[in-house]
Amino acid sequence: MTDIHLAEQSPEAGFGDYVQLLKPRVMSLVVFTAAVGLLVAPVSVHPFVAATAILFIALGAGASGALNMWWDADIDAVMRRTRGRPVPAGRVAPDEALAVGLALSGIAVVMLGLAANWVAAGLLAFTIFFYAVVYTMWLKRTTPQNIVIGGAAGAFPPMIGWAVATGGVSFESALMFALIFMWTPPHFWALALFMNDDYSNAGVPMLTVTHGRRATRAHVLAYTLALAPLAVGIGFTAIGGWVYLAVAVALNLWFIRGAVAIWRRDEATAEADRYAVEKRFFGFSLSYLFLHFGALLVEAALRAQGWGAWE
Amino acid sequence: MKLQPLHELHTRRFGRNLGVGLLLALFVALVFGLTVVKVTSIGPMPAFDHAVRPELVPQGGE
Repeated sequence: MTDIHLAEQSPEAGFGDYVQLLKPRVMSLVVFTAAVGLLVAPVSVHPFVAATAILFIALGAGASGALNMWWDADIDAVMRRTRGRPVPAGRVAPDEALAVGLALSGIAVVMLGLAANWVAAGLLAFTIFFYAVVYTMWLKRTTPQNIVIGGAAGAFPPMIGWAVATGGVSFESALMFALIFMWTPPHFWALALFMNDDYSNAGVPMLTVTHGRRATRAHVLAYTLALAPLAVGIGFTAIGGWVYLAVAVALNLWFIRGAVAIWRRDEATAEADRYAVEKRFFGFSLSYLFLHFGALLVEAALRAQGWGAWE
Repeated sequence: MKLQPLHELHTRRFGRNLGVGLLLALFVALVFGLTVVKVTSIGPMPAFDHAVRPELVPQGGE
């Protein structure tokens, strides 16, 4: 009787709560970058196999999100941005999140292997391991470089997409990986600059907490400067072209200008306008990545028409 | 004893059960679709059947 009474009192998880466990917003970026990786590859894939492969790559990413929510429920409950998530809000039990994460990881890897190939499946398995274990369990709470190394997990999808088509890894797919890998630190540190309290309260050693905001601003600029030649350089490879080059040059000039503006500001100025520049830079960083990959897609379409730049 | 087929639990969890059901149906459709694509993309496969196929008889046999 007691159990029934308790069950009636606790908030019941709806289907949407389990979807939330999979971090659908992150999944949308994974779907897009994986699809671009697959479509720009020089080998064509049957549309049904391609769609299925992207679906299971996204499912794998979602599974690692569920494992992250299971492990991080204690700090998610402290942070304003994450306290409404299904596990800290008490709608989904931690064990259930773990079970969902493990089960979906297995299904995603095996199905990707069967649908596409085992190189892609192996990369997906490594991505899940990297995000759930290396980033979430080992790095996130121990080093302010957590974002830098952990960013690798988010950088794998285009490489997996490429592997779905070609069955391997190449210079071009490594460059797409590097683009997201180098983009992640300035993207997240800009967020950390105006969400600092959240991370301090949770005890997560973000750069803003361990080395201060001045150092974080310098890091945002340094990574942005390192990112720019890499992003533009992709334009000269087999997957690039004039359209990509034009887009990349414009976006990187804008991005560097934003990073310099962040670097020049002090805390008093930033607080006076409620971190307007940092928020704008963070918002733009999402478009930055989307437009780079969009331009690669345009180049692939042009090549398909026989209008490739470097042919 | 009177059977009560619709428990309160069924109505409370209808959304969740419907979601799981639809996902399973989608999964079955995906596996079926993959099977069709894989099998049809292999192309015609020669095999023994009830018709005489001279090209399948091993050459220089017994």
